[in-house]
Amino acid sequence: MLKIDRLTKKFGGLAAVNGVSTTIEEGKINAIIGPNGAGKTTFFNLIAATHRPTSGTITFGGRDVTALRPDQVARLGIARTFQSTTLFDHATVLDNLIVGHRLRTRAGLWDVLRGSSLLREEERVCREKAREALDFVGLSHIAHRLAGDVTQEERKRVAFALALATDPRLMLLDEPAGGVNPEETEGLAALIRKIVRHGITVALIEHKMNMIMRLADKILVLSYGEKIAEGTPEQIRRDPAVIDAYLGSEHAEV
Amino acid sequence: MRRFIDSHAAWGLLLAAGLAFPWATGNDYHLTVMSTAYIFAIATLGLNLITGYTGQLNLAHAGFMAVGAYTVGILTVDHGWTFWGALALSGAVCVALGWFIGIVSLRLKGHYFSIFTLCVGYIMFLVIEKWESLTHGTVGIMGIPAPEPIGALAFESPLALYYLMLAFLVLAVWVMRRIVKSLLGRTFIAIRNGDELAEALGINLMRNKVLAFQLSVCYAGLAGGLYAGFVRFIGPGVAGVEHTFDMMIFMLVGGLGTVLGPLLGALAMPWLTQSLQFLQEYRFIVFGPILVALVIFLPHGVVGSFLAWQARRDAKEGKPHAQD
Repeated sequence: MLKIDRLTKKFGGLAAVNGVSTTIEEGKINAIIGPNGAGKTTFFNLIAATHRPTSGTITFGGRDVTALRPDQVARLGIARTFQSTTLFDHATVLDNLIVGHRLRTRAGLWDVLRGSSLLREEERVCREKAREALDFVGLSHIAHRLAGDVTQEERKRVAFALALATDPRLMLLDEPAGGVNPEETEGLAALIRKIVRHGITVALIEHKMNMIMRLADKILVLSYGEKIAEGTPEQIRRDPAVIDAYLGSEHAEV
Repeated sequence: MRRFIDSHAAWGLLLAAGLAFPWATGNDYHLTVMSTAYIFAIATLGLNLITGYTGQLNLAHAGFMAVGAYTVGILTVDHGWTFWGALALSGAVCVALGWFIGIVSLRLKGHYFSIFTLCVGYIMFLVIEKWESLTHGTVGIMGIPAPEPIGALAFESPLALYYLMLAFLVLAVWVMRRIVKSLLGRTFIAIRNGDELAEALGINLMRNKVLAFQLSVCYAGLAGGLYAGFVRFIGPGVAGVEHTFDMMIFMLVGGLGTVLGPLLGALAMPWLTQSLQFLQEYRFIVFGPILVALVIFLPHGVVGSFLAWQARRDAKEGKPHAQD
């Protein structure tokens, strides 16, 4: 689905991502792991076009998307979540989600000034999408709570819902379970599986090894911006380079 | 009576108060103060769109107001245009100028954008002051004609002008509420909340920011045009950054990112300033602490804090709140 070829990003003299080639496989959970500063988030920023790569290409569904803007990439169906989600804390959760489907609408200033039927219809669709997404992530009971008042775990789910409202084909999740307790992590893992069951491909960055090993179909390991291993959780667990660079030998028997 | 503050009834009541105001005072001076407040309220609503809703503090706002005012002044006095024709163009000139300044300045974010626009505003002031052949320089433009009669409606008396300004303010509020409550308004709000996330949601940042900027300065331009027709004399001082700061105070007192807040701020603050006039220069000794206290205890302004309190109460009861 997403093909990455010799992707490199240099910040000054530092290569944050260095010649990484991989594929994100359709309908699977693709995990990206690596020590802090390995270039994981930069890697996501490149896919989502927040950063322009120094060299290399990204192909999404057969189309070269390397030179697109973030909003264009989003419109093609790549959604992402961030480590922290900037919501409007004084508005309700539902209100925050309505804008999520904006990229599939066309109403412009003229429709707004005239109050056109297109605008009314699109506002209805956006609201419906927001409700659906909220249902999907299991938060319909807090639809009318203020975004500033929800728990960390609920906020993570709201971020998922926001990404889902864009009708994505691929979702990039940056530490979806960061700062969340073990039971809640389990719940979020179940939600990620549910997303994949509904035909959306997932790529995620995560530090929680237990979660990754049970959840991922495929793991890519980055270290100092370079790919050091790639494979199933079973293969990664046994890979000596990974054990050396990242997990540490005490994890070898886990 | 819940959600009263944003209901049709509340806005109707406000309009009724505006209509009845002349009977309550019957004094031309008060009418003039209020009409001027209406003009600045229109400009403040515009500033609030780019600052309160889109999150970009534009410090050149008074500059755009001056561009609107000078468009009317120059066209009517030097080129014999009618006031109405010139007024229409004052908005259009600002929209066009806003596009050029927008695509350059909106590349910058946060404080950098504000500092850049502060400079833009000062350049506008200097151009108006120095380009004597066009703007009459420091002398200013005198003898701007009053708005021509529309049918039987003549706009010579302070009372008629008062109602004219009120009509424009009502129109400005109506259009602004339409914008901010629509998907377009939600798009602007998403940019204010965080442009990284907005972009990831497929929002074209530049296009939407420039649009918000153009709409915002269109309000400034029209307010400037009305100001020229109302005061009938303009000087380079119209572009002074202190006018932008006044409008910022109106927004902060009322509540950034609401329609009612900046409106009430713009209407109430001139009266407060007037009532402290007897203190002359010392009035800022009273004024300053009031502002500081307000920003500390009501960081979202009077209306903003009230709406936040109401939203929280609604949320506790599990009811959809005003925006829903």
